[in-house]
Amino acid sequence: MRPDLEVIKSWIDRDTRVLDLGCGDGDLLLQLESSLGVTGLGLEIDPDNITRAVKAGLNIIEQDMDNGLQNFPDKSFDTVILAHALQAVHRPAFVLDEMLRIGREGVITFPNFGHWRCRLQLASRGRMPVSPMMPYSWYNTPNIHFCTVYDFEQLCSEKGIRIRDRRLTTQTRSDSRLANTWPNIFANTAIYRVSR
Amino acid sequence: MTSIDLNGSVGVITPQTHVFEQPLELACGRKLETAEVVYETYGSLNDTHSNAVLICHALSGHHHAAGYHSPEDTKPGWWDNCIGPGKPIDTEHFFVVSLNNLGGCHGSTGPRSVNPGTGQPYGPDFPPLRVRDWVNCQAMLADVLGIERWVAIVGGSLGGMQAMRWALMYPDRVKHCIVIAAAMKLSAQNIAFNEIARQAIMADPEYRHGRYHEAGTTPRHGLSIARMLGHITYLSDDAMDARFGRDLRSGSFSLGSEERAEFQVESYLRYQGAVFSDHFDANTYLLMTHALDYFDLAREYGDDAISAFSRSSCDFLVISFSTDWRFAPQRSREIVDALIAAGRAVTYADIDSNQGHDSFLLPLPRYHELLAAYMQRVLEAS
Repeated sequence: MRPDLEVIKSWIDRDTRVLDLGCGDGDLLLQLESSLGVTGLGLEIDPDNITRAVKAGLNIIEQDMDNGLQNFPDKSFDTVILAHALQAVHRPAFVLDEMLRIGREGVITFPNFGHWRCRLQLASRGRMPVSPMMPYSWYNTPNIHFCTVYDFEQLCSEKGIRIRDRRLTTQTRSDSRLANTWPNIFANTAIYRVSR
Repeated sequence: MTSIDLNGSVGVITPQTHVFEQPLELACGRKLETAEVVYETYGSLNDTHSNAVLICHALSGHHHAAGYHSPEDTKPGWWDNCIGPGKPIDTEHFFVVSLNNLGGCHGSTGPRSVNPGTGQPYGPDFPPLRVRDWVNCQAMLADVLGIERWVAIVGGSLGGMQAMRWALMYPDRVKHCIVIAAAMKLSAQNIAFNEIARQAIMADPEYRHGRYHEAGTTPRHGLSIARMLGHITYLSDDAMDARFGRDLRSGSFSLGSEERAEFQVESYLRYQGAVFSDHFDANTYLLMTHALDYFDLAREYGDDAISAFSRSSCDFLVISFSTDWRFAPQRSREIVDALIAAGRAVTYADIDSNQGHDSFLLPLPRYHELLAAYMQRVLEAS
């Protein structure tokens, strides 16, 4: 089970409307629909993912969020989720704004580029970090906007976005304790709940 | 004799006819005192009558969507690749109904039928029809067949317009609306193409102001040009290039020769036009293109598509094709955006295809997989 799922579930109310941007094959939406009875809608561009999600009974719109989200009316969803996609969009700051225009709340998860392993790879080898979580080389990665926990919080502060909750996942239990003190070094994945 | 392949086929089908005894009130204010529709069904209706799927045909379509009319038949119905056992619209599970729309020329009451008032074919006097007239007529057929609610209504192009109109006119009688390569209304360019097609028909001396039946003529040439023009708009530039390029059918470009060079595409279009004009009725063509032009889903809802779709209560699947320029993906996205804003459940996919508008009739793998996946959901709702 994906580590962010339980956290996200705990932030979403029953029977609400949820928009999942970059929903993949819809595993998260499906969990939210079956456990919380939410009305979900997913945005996705990969054809195979779309077919799989439709097969699972989900409603999916084929749409590239890099081309905008203006077709979604203001406050038409309770929660807008951007899971593991912030680093792949062309205009992350714009997408954040759009999420909080469309939804009352936003949930964002992203890999923390400030993790000590990334720092170690860059510092010791002088090469862009490659890990099981970020397996791409710099020249062919879909991940074009990596950020750290601090970077993200700085952006939220500049935009007047309120961070309502934050959870950090780590690789090991000992890292988990350290991440409480040094999130920017020990968090693997950051999960945020934000609103205006 | 060619023997038909029954694997995955609904087999040999006998069309049925229903005669409506009650008059049909039409949108134009006139009524047909009596009318008949010809239709086919595939698969069986379940005990609760909850597995019925309606197929709405496009401009030149008809009731014969799947299977064969005889074992010697060389060509199956127009959507045979999609309807049948194990196919996306699976007749092992669904009871599929496909009819020839009113005004058609394949057996349902239309311009070729005898006007009971005059004893002569209606011809140009057949009442003009709107998409809603077809929907009403389809609803009457549903009553006859004991179908209270369609588990899905499926239509491509003009058929998609009927499916959407159903969702607004009879929200309680549609569970899933599948709209393929359609639009909420035609663009000026679309209407322009239709008008050229109509002018080609009417300019044919054989047309005789629509009274060609009495005159014993057929405006074959005009109808053929109309079809040639239509055909171009159903294909993409790339598809035509891939299929014909600049290949010659006859002649050459040798210097010193006066012989005319004929391109493959010319001969292909002429052939398509000729085949079409052999069986299609010119007055039906005029009637159908007018209905297409007049259709505007949101007109009576203050030109507000969101408020229009707010009336519907079904789930929607909307599909477009990347190179379709007759009903471009943008037209489908407008439908989807209005549905999202109206809070309706909607799924949308833009299928990558180089075949233009015609893609909706082709067994493109991604298209059929998606349709099959969606129909699985429809089945669970049946």
